[in-house]
Amino acid sequence: MKGWLAATGLLAGLLVLNELFSGSLLAGFALPPYLLQVLCLAGVNITLAVSLNLINGFTGQFSIGHAGFMAIGAYASAYFTVTFGEALRAVLGFLPAFARDGAVLLVALALGAVLAAIAGFIVGVPSLRLRGDYLAIVTLGFGEIIGVMILNIDTVGGARGYSGIPKLANFFWIYVFAAATILVVHRIVHSSFGRTLVAIREDEIAAESMGVHTTRAKVISFVVSSAMAGIAGGLFAHYLMYINVRSFSFLKSFEIIIMIVIGGLGSITGSVLGAVLFISLTEGLREFAQYRMVLFSLLLIILMIVRPQGILGHKEFVTFLTKRRRTIGAAPGTPGA
Amino acid sequence: MTTFLQQLVNGLSLGSIYALIALGYTMVYGVLRLINFAHGDVYMVGAYVGYYLSRRLQAREPSFLSALLVMLGAMAACALLGVLIERLAYRPVRREARLTLLITAIGVSLFIENVAQLVFGPDPRFFPSLAPRMDFRVAGMRLTSEQITVIVVSLLLMILLRFFIMKTRTGKAMRAVSFSLDASKLMGISTDWIISVTFALGSALAAAGGVLIAMQIPKIDPLMGIPYGLKAFVAAVLGGIGSIPGAVLGGLLIGTSEVLVVGYLSSTYRDAIAFGILILVLILRPQGLLGRVHKEKV
Repeated sequence: MKGWLAATGLLAGLLVLNELFSGSLLAGFALPPYLLQVLCLAGVNITLAVSLNLINGFTGQFSIGHAGFMAIGAYASAYFTVTFGEALRAVLGFLPAFARDGAVLLVALALGAVLAAIAGFIVGVPSLRLRGDYLAIVTLGFGEIIGVMILNIDTVGGARGYSGIPKLANFFWIYVFAAATILVVHRIVHSSFGRTLVAIREDEIAAESMGVHTTRAKVISFVVSSAMAGIAGGLFAHYLMYINVRSFSFLKSFEIIIMIVIGGLGSITGSVLGAVLFISLTEGLREFAQYRMVLFSLLLIILMIVRPQGILGHKEFVTFLTKRRRTIGAAPGTPGA
Repeated sequence: MTTFLQQLVNGLSLGSIYALIALGYTMVYGVLRLINFAHGDVYMVGAYVGYYLSRRLQAREPSFLSALLVMLGAMAACALLGVLIERLAYRPVRREARLTLLITAIGVSLFIENVAQLVFGPDPRFFPSLAPRMDFRVAGMRLTSEQITVIVVSLLLMILLRFFIMKTRTGKAMRAVSFSLDASKLMGISTDWIISVTFALGSALAAAGGVLIAMQIPKIDPLMGIPYGLKAFVAAVLGGIGSIPGAVLGGLLIGTSEVLVVGYLSSTYRDAIAFGILILVLILRPQGLLGRVHKEKV
């Protein structure tokens, strides 16, 4: 009951904020379009970072192919709305306009998530047998191959990019899914399955000898993570209305990794913080024009030297402030007190 | 048949450049267990140093002497750059988690790419021709002097490297460090020095690769390190990362298969082929073609 109340409250709050930011609730309170866009992209980043953290931070499997799954979600859902969107809208004619948009978006996102999950399964089953750096390389490779394959599908624009996607996603939907991702990852991590994942991260051999089916657990976590990346991709496509394979290259995967590392691997709030910091830094440094990326990369190197565990380390934000309780994210030997 | 042989030669000359860059990846991985993402960018800097040096020397006619000077200059500059990168960025985090090292490497890579865009300008530049050009016709194939230079020079450098690693004291120490960093430290090897030497050597080879490819294409830009670096890295893993003959084999395989795919199938799949081969090999033989299997001990 409490959960339902919280969920309803969150939805209502997001809806009100959405109307407020877009200026349709109270004139004069609208956010400047640029700021609203940054805020929305931050939401997409949160979904990406938190989902990648499930596999990189909690399961300890280093994947650099997250952008590939995002691309699948983006292209699949965009293809759906462009091709079948109108038909579905006609069928749902009895609903009010915003509900029709929402329904089309939800179906498209579901399709993107399912396809990304299938891709995650296909990539995960053979590659998750590999360890450490090899896994990193294979996921990087699959990410690039997904990009090249999409580049060769002419119906979705190939190298020209895919344009003409209706703008169905907005602040509300992006943050609904960001919240849902956080909730799902939180629930997974704090379940017995989550403890399995953390056990694999801490010591794969020990986990295996305790009877954990490590490959199975890794594949499940990889598939869930990919599906959420697919949703993020779908939201990205339906917010910007144009996608290009180049936006989903391994540089994008690097960006997502940087977000979770800045915030602290193995910390959900850390990923959220990292995602927000990342976009604030890259956008905030925009004033410095061509020096922007130089400064950004320098900051990253310095952060790694000064605080390699990321800002929050393995702790969640609340624990980071109070430092009383050991969390599930805590590394062995880290004093939790 | 002639076309096939021609493609094979083209592939070998591209492959030897991949091999030169792959050597740096594999050597650094051997001593630090680090995927040095900045290595491809060192290669790009090598091409640019070569460009500026050859502009200086251009007053004279193209000659083999000036080509040699340009090559050596670029190699020396990049050796220094490699040592600096290791000293300033990697050494402070060497004892941290592997992931930290990897993120630092990504940071260094982004840093070099963006500084290069500021310093060299983002537009591509045309690399002047260094050595006198000529074409040879052998059995219906056209061999350019650049292709021959590339193959001969990289072969020479690889033989030199092999000699250095197998026959000198420093080379022996390098092998020891890549076998076990801690044990070799206990045996009195100055591991810091050996790691610096490894970075210097790897970066110098990458610079040589940069100048060679710049002579052949002949166009350079600040982001040219990304595709070549990525594929050279794939070559290193394909051959078995940490294995020096493996890097050469991997480089040649990737180069030839890429040229063959472009020649006979489709050029749009050019960038996927390297990864396709890699994934197949890693799934069937995870340690790479010539890599050693590491037994996991508990």
